[in-house]
Order: sequence, then C-alpha cells, then structure tokens
Amino acid sequence: MASRRAQPLLRRLSAQLTPTRSVTYMPRPGDGAPRTVTLIPGDGIGPLVTGAVEQVMDAMHAPVIFEKFDCHGDMKVVPPQVMESIKRNKVCLKGGLMTPMGGGVSSLNLQLRKELDLYASLVNCFNLPGLPTRHDNVDIVVIRENTEGEYAGLEHEVVPGVVESLKVITKFCSERIAKYAFEYAYLNNRRMVTAVHKANIMKLADGLFLESCREVASKYPGIKYNEIIVDNCCMQLVSKPEQFDVMVTPNLYGNLVANTAAGIAGGTGVMPGGNVGADHAIFEQGASAGNVGKTELVEQKKANPVALLLSSAMMLRHLQFPSFADRLETAVESVILEGKYRTKDLGGSSTTQEVVDAVIAKLD
Amino acid sequence: MASRIVKRVLQNRAGNIFSAGGAFPSIQRSFSSSSDLITATLFPGDGIGPEIAESVKQVFRIAEVPIQWEEHFVGTEVDPRTQSFLTWESLESVRRNKIGLKGPMATPIGKGHRSLNLTLRKELNLYANVRPCYSLPGYKTRYDDVDLVTIRENTEGEYSGLEHQVVRGVVESIKIITRQASLRVAEYAFHYAKAHGRERVSAIHKANIMQKTDGLFLKCCREVAEKYPEIKYEEVVIDNCCMMLVKNPALFDVLVMPNLYGDIISDLCAGLIGGLGLTPSCNIGEGGVALAEAVHGSAPDIAGKNKANPTALLLSSVSMLRHLELHDKADRIQNAILDTIAEGKYRTADLGGSSSTSDFTKAICDHL
Repeated sequence: MASRRAQPLLRRLSAQLTPTRSVTYMPRPGDGAPRTVTLIPGDGIGPLVTGAVEQVMDAMHAPVIFEKFDCHGDMKVVPPQVMESIKRNKVCLKGGLMTPMGGGVSSLNLQLRKELDLYASLVNCFNLPGLPTRHDNVDIVVIRENTEGEYAGLEHEVVPGVVESLKVITKFCSERIAKYAFEYAYLNNRRMVTAVHKANIMKLADGLFLESCREVASKYPGIKYNEIIVDNCCMQLVSKPEQFDVMVTPNLYGNLVANTAAGIAGGTGVMPGGNVGADHAIFEQGASAGNVGKTELVEQKKANPVALLLSSAMMLRHLQFPSFADRLETAVESVILEGKYRTKDLGGSSTTQEVVDAVIAKLD
Repeated sequence: MASRIVKRVLQNRAGNIFSAGGAFPSIQRSFSSSSDLITATLFPGDGIGPEIAESVKQVFRIAEVPIQWEEHFVGTEVDPRTQSFLTWESLESVRRNKIGLKGPMATPIGKGHRSLNLTLRKELNLYANVRPCYSLPGYKTRYDDVDLVTIRENTEGEYSGLEHQVVRGVVESIKIITRQASLRVAEYAFHYAKAHGRERVSAIHKANIMQKTDGLFLKCCREVAEKYPEIKYEEVVIDNCCMMLVKNPALFDVLVMPNLYGDIISDLCAGLIGGLGLTPSCNIGEGGVALAEAVHGSAPDIAGKNKANPTALLLSSVSMLRHLELHDKADRIQNAILDTIAEGKYRTADLGGSSSTSDFTKAICDHL
C-alpha cells in the first residue's frame, strides 16, 4: 500500500482520485461482522458533525453500529454507562465537549482521557489537494502527551492573590509517549521525529522529557531525531513547515503546536485526529480549537464535517476495515478538490448537509 | 498574620502604580522637554552588537534626536555584587537614566553566574515585554496584514524556575500567578493601548483547564478593563488564538498574556512578519524604566563583517523614542526604515539582498 506521504502527491498527479491499492487486503473469516462503536455527539456543533458521520457510514453500509450516548460538557462527571460502553467497545467517536470556564467543573475531555488512560493524542495536519493555504508541503503529525504535564489540575491558592499550579513530568509517561511516537513513525514510514520542549528554562521538567526521548531514539536508528525549543518551533511552523514530520511534545506545548499546525494546513475544521491508549481509542476532530463551535454555526447548520469524517476514516482503519476507509477518504478529498461544497471556514458557504450529500454522492 | 503582611505590601505596591493617576512615571521626568538632552544607556552587546549599535547612533545623529549615549559593555569577570558579567555600574546607569537600548548578548557558558538577561530582568524588575509586530511593506512574507502588539508578563508564571525532583523519575515545576503582577501587566497593556490609539485588548489564557491560575490572571484583566471603557476587551483561549493567528492575524490588536504563552505567541508573531531579525522589543520595568532590545542572537559568524541587519535594533530604538514621547522623531525614523526596505535597493543578506550594514544605514539616513 502506498505510504501515507505519497498519497497526496499521487492524487495531485493523477486527475482521477482512485484508491491506490495494488495488492488486495485479505481478511479473516468473520471480520465483516459489524463492530459496535460508542458515539458521543457532544455539545455545540458536535451533534451536527456526528450526524454527518452517521449518514455517510449508513450510505457506505459500513459494518459499524453506533451506540449513542448523551453527554454534555457541563455535567460533573462522565456518566458511568458511557464509560462502561467505551470500555466494552474499545472504540469511540466523539464530537466536541465544551469545557466551561472557571466554575470548578473539571473538563470531561480530561476525565475521559485520565480514566481510560488515553495517553497519546494524535493530530494529522496535511494540505488537502485543492484547498488553498498559505503554506504548501505540510504533512505533520503531532503526538502529544495527554495525561500529565501542565494539565495535572493541581492548583491551590497560597495566600489571597497568589496562586500556584503544578506541572508534573514523570519518566514513565514521557517514556511511553516517546515510544508511541517512534513506533508510529516506524509503522507509518515516517523519517524524522522532533521533540518540542523548553528545557533551557524548565531544566528539570522538560529535561526529563528530553532524556526519555533520547533514550527511545537510540533504539530506532533508522529514524532521525532532533529537538527544538517551543518558541522557535512555532516560528518555524509559520515560516518553513515542510521541515517537520512527526513531532512529540508534552501536554501544553502539544496543544499549541497542534493548533498552529492545523491552522497553517487548512484549519482545525479539516484535520483528523484522536486519542489512543493501550486498550482504547477515541476519535474526534484533531485539534481542539473550534470543536464546539460558535452558536451561529449551530443555528445555521454550517459546521465543517470534514475533520470528523476523516477521523472516522482513521477509525475504520483502526477497526481493520481499510477499504471502507479508503472510499470515505477518497470521497471527502474529491469533494474538497472540486471546491463546490465548502463550509465557511474553507472559504465557501455550504451547509453541513450539503457537504455530506456531496460526499455520499462521490462514494463509489 | 502572614496574609495581613502580604496584604499591606500589596497595597503599598498598588499605591505606587496608581499614584501617578494612570500616567506612567516616565512622563513626570524633569527632562521631558525636547530641548534637553536625554541620557540613555546603551549596551552594544556581543557579536554583531557593536556594528548595529553604531548604525543606531548614526541614524540618531542624522535625525538629530536629543539623546546622548552612555555606553556600557559586558565585563569579562563576574561582578560579585550582581553575580553576573554585568557590572553594578551598568545597572545603576539604567536605573538612573530610566531608558536604555540593548544589543544581543551571548551568555557565556559556565556555572557560577546568572544569565545576563535574567540579571537585567530581576535587577531592573522588568515586568512587561512589549513586541509590536507589523508586516514590513516591501518585505513579502506569507502574511501581509499583521499589525498587532504582544505584551507578555515577564517575571512569574511558568518561568519562576522553581523545579524539584519529587522522587526519581518524577519532576514538579511550579507555575505562579500573583494578583499584583497580573494587575501590573494588565494596567500597562491598557495604558499602552490607549496611548497608541489601539482599539482592542485580548487576554490570552487557558482558564478552562488551569482554572485558578489563569482564572486569576483573567480576573485582574477584567478589573483593569472596567477602568478603560473605550477599549474593547475580549478573552481568547490559547489554542483558538494560535489557530486564528496563523489563519487570519488581522483579527488581533493588542494581546496580553502570562509568561509562557507570551513567549510562544510573541515568537509566533515574529515568525509571521519575517523572523527575529526584524522584530523590535521593549521591556518595561517598575518606576518607568524602559529597556529596548534586539531579540535576535549575536550571530558570531558574521560579526565584524559589515553584513549584519540593523533593522531589529533600529526598530527597537524607535519604540524607545515612543516611550519617551518623541513621536515625531520616532515616526521619521520608522518611515525611513520602512521606505528603505520597501524600495528594495538596499537590503542586507538575510532579507535576500547583498548590501552591507553601512550601505543600508546610509540609505536610511538618506531617507530621513
């Protein structure tokens, strides 16, 4: 199967968009039995875009059954039946969950990640053929540590007017995220892994992260490894993004770098991604900015479903249904290439439903 | 008991900040009339520093800016009074003049002394770093319509340097946000916005996750915003901010942020307009001290070869002039620089041309 990197290039060269599989995939008997996947529509534009995925899956007759659950960002904890369902099905597709400001409610997104130990968050930022952006040749995968770092949630007020927040970095978590990043690069034919850090200032914390990355790098001699300071990294992303391949980062920097990379490649409305742990995986819009959307988007039903559609293609591959994944991806990319049906963030004015109908029409 | 003492200290500090009635002490100085000469401290720095400092001096001379320079150099031995290579006299000079310009300084590697930038920051209590980022007409980058100012809190936050190893393999780093520092930088941000005719101030935060720390920062910004009803105030989560900056930088005007986010966002904005070689920067300290600086490195490989680009230091000196309220001189010099770059005939190597530092400086002087 052609490598992920070559696919956009091939598609640009050939006028037709056909799946580039030369040798067929041989399943085991019984692999076609439908898999149950937990579906959390979420808040804001979440129900719109997850509805889009349901429609497309239906049209493809994909062997996926969705178990829908109602979950909103202002709930105090994730409902136990949702947790149980995800633990049973092992795969979940989710729309954005709003995290309320202040108020002492901890983010449901974080709760899900901590409870299921989804320690790696992955966002694939790449140029979509036909979508004009300021930067070309972008094909970056940002792998972000998801459980500790600055988001440990350990804050307290020392005296009135002075607040402390603890950032925790452990060797265990840094090592496993580094291992995941290199393993991902190895399995996906990626050439280079870049560690993003601020170890010149936070010598012990980010120093520990870097040490773990270096140790793991030595076990993969075929993959190049380098390190970059986070402020320089952001500067390079906006001027020369083609130099980056796979990036591994701690929690907070990962958030910023992923959103920046998604922004330069076309916006967070089109970048797929997900969170994965040893046993479970949750697929959602890659970068977190705008995954709940503004109220006008919800009212006018103009949210961009592309990110979640591409994430569901990732999910289909994860479930070992590569042919359905290829068909879905091809259909979405040809709709973007054509340019007739694009939502507002891509420069058009279509509604979500129009884009979905266009994708279904392009499914072969 | 401890909290009462802290409260009293905070109130005293707050009194000092607001006693000048919102105007910053720089205006009250006795030499604010343009006919008097203002003494300013100049740190040429290392590497290309002396050459570009010479450019600045030349441009100021031709433009007849009423500034006389007091030059100080980084010493070769550690001064025990400051525990760094910067001497006590240099720091006293800045404290006395209240205005300074600093070239790039390379901190020598080794132990037993503090980094030069850290020394300056701590000793002069430089609490806000201001970087105006605007697209230079004539120097094309992928972004043409950038016109924003990033104001970053410079003393606390994630860079407090308080880290320790709890047990083997577990490290904690402490991020501190105080009401006093947040109020100070918010006050400066709104004052700057008002003084420079800016319409909007956006506070950048991650208060949905770091509720108490960034929440406190936001509360302070809101308090200050109420005192400036003519300036629009909004709050943007940092991941949204990053995305919006790379998609459409025209959405932002003045950004005020805590330390870490400020570091990243200000470098991102510098990247949008062409890199650190073109970005001016100014550090504001307590008591109206302003130290403008060039944030790029000292480039030892091109030092002494007359190839360096003095734009960053020149634009920083322009922001220094604006701080001194010498707006007409500042405008003249800024326009001369922008015209020279826009014209395209004289450009240094990093902008794609082949002029030398002295040619470029001369072209600017001709444009004055």
